[in-house]
Amino acid sequence: MTGHQGKSISWQMKDGVLELALHRAPCNEVGTAMLEELEGFITALSAAEGNASALIIYSQRPAGFSSGADLRELYAGALLKTAAERTTLVRAFLERTHHVLNVLDSSPLTTIAAVHGVTFGGGFELALACDLIVADKMSRFCFPELRLGLIPGFGGIPRLKRDLGNAMVRDLLLTGRSINASKALAAGLVSQVTGEGEALRVARSVAAQVGKFDRMASAAAKRFLKPIPREELRREISLFCELFMRPAVMEGLRRFVESTDTHPYLP
Amino acid sequence: MAVKTLEQTTNEILGLAAEHFRVPREQLAAGDDFYKKLKIDSLQALELLTRLENHFGVELPDYEVAGVTDFRTLAGRIQARL
Repeated sequence: MTGHQGKSISWQMKDGVLELALHRAPCNEVGTAMLEELEGFITALSAAEGNASALIIYSQRPAGFSSGADLRELYAGALLKTAAERTTLVRAFLERTHHVLNVLDSSPLTTIAAVHGVTFGGGFELALACDLIVADKMSRFCFPELRLGLIPGFGGIPRLKRDLGNAMVRDLLLTGRSINASKALAAGLVSQVTGEGEALRVARSVAAQVGKFDRMASAAAKRFLKPIPREELRREISLFCELFMRPAVMEGLRRFVESTDTHPYLP
Repeated sequence: MAVKTLEQTTNEILGLAAEHFRVPREQLAAGDDFYKKLKIDSLQALELLTRLENHFGVELPDYEVAGVTDFRTLAGRIQARL
């Protein structure tokens, strides 16, 4: 595999490092089109395992890494459907997203998210599936789902619980506030904070370092350190669907989609 | 280190905003609506928030600055955390 140029994402292999670029405008919202491309990517990822030591995921969008799920698409798809139909639709989408993130999470490659700017919701969850997060000092992390009457649906809670102390997990989830890279570093969420515009360069340096080690040993260490919380991930999908059935969620989505508020991204 | 006055904090915010959003410093005043004066949207407001946190070494939870639109009030929120 040498590379692929898609509409939402692209990837290329160079010197044993696979780089996945996200470039869907405005800020890498994850909808069905991007999900389809990500599904194509994980097939390529599995095929590349023998030739690569590390994977870097980064964004080419100036606003940030990703603002999360495409709520406009979600709302449009759910309109005019019964609660049961909406839930079936969203469950199928979540199942597919979880599959992608679980493959990424358990990849034998060392995976690095190089993030900047907005790293919210599903974008935050994508970064959490990686082994290491290298954060530009202007990064911001947030789980704003509760303002819509939901919980994160792409594996955010189980992965946060795996990686962080409960006080920080509860603060992020229950207040919906955003935190900067320094706070994320102090919390143990990110491994390094870089200067502005330097996250990808630093991630490449990290990838070059991890590439020096025996792949079997690195993969074994990763399996030992980073078990996939599968049972909790399943429960998260069920809880999300249960909450998604409520009319209050459609109302929250409608407010978001139709909002002319100056703070639509802020909790 | 001496505690900053509200005026000093406000002036630092104005200087930082002028520099990063390329607005002449002399055109910014403490009582200005920074959304209008800097012509920024919500994402840029988030960027301003991050720059201020980095500059002053404080945390500014979103909910504490939600609804704040002028530099002086913003300075007050920062001052409370210095």
